[in-house]
Amino acid sequence: MQEFFFNLTWLIPLLPLLAFAVIILFTGKNRKLSHSIAIGAIGLSWIIGWGVAFSAFTTPHLNEHPIHFHTDWFPTGTTWFSIGTWIDPLAAITLFMVPFVCLMIFVYSVGYMGYGTDEVDPNYSRFFAYISLFAAGMLGLVVSENLLTLFISWEIMGLCSYLLIGFWFAKNYPDPKKITPRQAGLKAFLVTKIGDLFFLLGILYLYSQTGSLSYDVIFNEGVLHTLAEHTVTLPLLGTWAVASVIGLLIFGGVIGKSAQFPLHVWLPDAMEGPTPVSALIHAATMVSAGVFLTVRIFPLLHIVVKVEHHNPTMSFIAFIGAFTALFSSTIAVAQDDVKKVLAYSTISQLGYMIAALGIGAYVAGAFHLITHAFFKALLFLGSGSVIIGCHHEQDMMEMGGLSKKMPITFWTFVAGGFALSGFPLITAGFWSKDEILAHAWHEFSLEGLVSWPFFVWLLLTIAAFLTAFYTGRQICLTFLGRPRSHHAERAHETPFSMTVPLMLLAFFALTLGFAGIPEEIIGEGRNWFHGFVGHELAATPLSVPVMLLSALLAVGGLFLGWLVYGRKPLAAGQQDPLIKTLGPVHTVLKNKYYFDELYHATFVRGAIALANIFFYFDNRWVIDPIVNLAGRIGRLLAEISAVFDLRVIDRLVDLAGLAGAALSALSGVFDLRIVDRIVDGVGQVAGAGGRLLRQIQTGRVQNYLLVALITVLMLLAVYVVYW
Amino acid sequence: MTIPLSWYLIVAAALFCIGLYGVLSRRNAIGILMGIELMLNAVNINLVAFWRYTNPQVIIGQVFAIFVLTVAAAEAAVGLALIIAIYRSRDTVVVEDVDLMKW
Repeated sequence: MQEFFFNLTWLIPLLPLLAFAVIILFTGKNRKLSHSIAIGAIGLSWIIGWGVAFSAFTTPHLNEHPIHFHTDWFPTGTTWFSIGTWIDPLAAITLFMVPFVCLMIFVYSVGYMGYGTDEVDPNYSRFFAYISLFAAGMLGLVVSENLLTLFISWEIMGLCSYLLIGFWFAKNYPDPKKITPRQAGLKAFLVTKIGDLFFLLGILYLYSQTGSLSYDVIFNEGVLHTLAEHTVTLPLLGTWAVASVIGLLIFGGVIGKSAQFPLHVWLPDAMEGPTPVSALIHAATMVSAGVFLTVRIFPLLHIVVKVEHHNPTMSFIAFIGAFTALFSSTIAVAQDDVKKVLAYSTISQLGYMIAALGIGAYVAGAFHLITHAFFKALLFLGSGSVIIGCHHEQDMMEMGGLSKKMPITFWTFVAGGFALSGFPLITAGFWSKDEILAHAWHEFSLEGLVSWPFFVWLLLTIAAFLTAFYTGRQICLTFLGRPRSHHAERAHETPFSMTVPLMLLAFFALTLGFAGIPEEIIGEGRNWFHGFVGHELAATPLSVPVMLLSALLAVGGLFLGWLVYGRKPLAAGQQDPLIKTLGPVHTVLKNKYYFDELYHATFVRGAIALANIFFYFDNRWVIDPIVNLAGRIGRLLAEISAVFDLRVIDRLVDLAGLAGAALSALSGVFDLRIVDRIVDGVGQVAGAGGRLLRQIQTGRVQNYLLVALITVLMLLAVYVVYW
Repeated sequence: MTIPLSWYLIVAAALFCIGLYGVLSRRNAIGILMGIELMLNAVNINLVAFWRYTNPQVIIGQVFAIFVLTVAAAEAAVGLALIIAIYRSRDTVVVEDVDLMKW
């Protein structure tokens, strides 16, 4: 049975890809058939994916001997690039998460895109084609056995992200400052491309050093040691191990894809896309691909620590992650759009994972990656359900009192929100987040107060509190109190295709954490997740103060949120009490630290200014003046020669003219009588010919091309016949 | 199993014909450009296939294919620029409507 599923691994990304092709080429007109194909394909992928995952869970020593299928793809001189699948514990747990979340969101999309109602989207089938292509990319990334196919999948997802953010490309807002879906798609694509450039450079550097991109070659113990021992001297940065440089470059791609500071600006604007897309791509899976990649290349980073006891790249990763986690959770506090809050919370949670990997908490990072995918997909789908229920109202200030009108959405949202805040014991988020904090605490207790782990622990702990606070704020503003607008008053529960995925995801958001309860609580060898994913690494020791502190912060944050927003619910039109408490700080947070404005003022305006400089160089300053100068000199010469012409040549010409006139009078007679007749005749013949031939000058380029084609064919025929 | 040269040539010929059909039958100028790309790529397949099957020690065939790719990129850039220029002046990219050269 295990063999059977492992042999089918290659089908997992292929099925959605096939669904994409079939929908886009053939079944676009038939909405029902299209969504059936998409859901059928992802459903099959889900079955195979879980088959593979559960087979992998029961395979002993999977970490040392991953299930590896590969075949030669194309030659590169003496070696071959291979293509194939690679199932190790990381791929297995990700395969447990990705196809299931995808399936849930596909089903949910049927309801969200309005199937069977009057509001059905005009590009309904195309939507399912795009998300199928996306699923193919993500699944391909998870199962691929080398960095090249991973990169290809990565870029497929980038493309899908662009297409889906801009899915409502015709939408315009009355406020010209508000970003439109079309602009948001472009922004996401361009910003992530900056990161992808570094990623590609990293891959190229790795290839030039090892001659291969397959995991079994590059993660080979000997190759890793060579990479860690070779050093390269960089300007400004000093001498680094090659492995660190490669890791740093590849991490550039992660910064873009996982929306880490300073390339985080695209993710909040990506919320312009349909909500299932936000849930699927910009919360649960694609942005997690960055974290997945960091976990993938973790051996490359870790080997430097083993050899040299210090890896600057990991410090950098830890810094970026921790900073992003705190930075974006502060922004989330001041957002009013129900999806924007979740977007910043996503950035913040991704920061958690990145920071975890930066301090070496490989297992904790992977664990949080999986649990976060479930509860963040749940939260996004919940917010989508709210948006549909409230007739496309997204401002939380206009909501309120939905708990009675949308009970299923409310309770599942609470489950997701509590998981996000890390509500103690009964939510998945608590166990995974706590493991990260415990690891940071453990590292800093080893390294002392002035160290990266302490910095990481401090930032992440503050961020945990803020997370709980803004989650409490969101739940209270959206669901509690009285409706603050007529949209909220007329809200209704959404159809089953949307609520059933919510309930299934809520189940996992609450229970998944039990796979990774620390050994100190449930006994030696019982921490299943750690045993499966990272049994060669030492387990993070449980720290009671940290666990109590994070439980306290989660409950405290939620309680504070309730105290501010839930105890005395806001009335319609009432100002957010935070505005008064925080004063100007709130304005800064509300405007996201003005990063969009900063980037606009520097990079966008810079590019335009550069273009202008080149324009002026060409048209005003250099090229045009040279041309004009040449023109003036030419005119001056012409004037000089004109004078010479008038005085000397003209006289001569006049003389010759007089002589000529006499002669011409003579020849004129001959001309009129004989030559003219001949000329007229020639002209008439040419005219008649022209009238005949101009019929073929149709002006249509394809006619000309056809004539060219026929000529070539005729020449070919002549060639064949006579030679 | 070795794939005979003729298979590549058949694929290339098919691709070329598809591209040619596209060039001759699309009304949209961008479609025509895409057809041309297909034809160029068919040529590329031929080049690489012949290289692989006749003299694989010398990378002339691959280099030639890279040249074709470069030229194709330049062609696409110029072509798209022309189409944009036409679109701006005549508000259409349907080639049948762009018949300034007609007598």
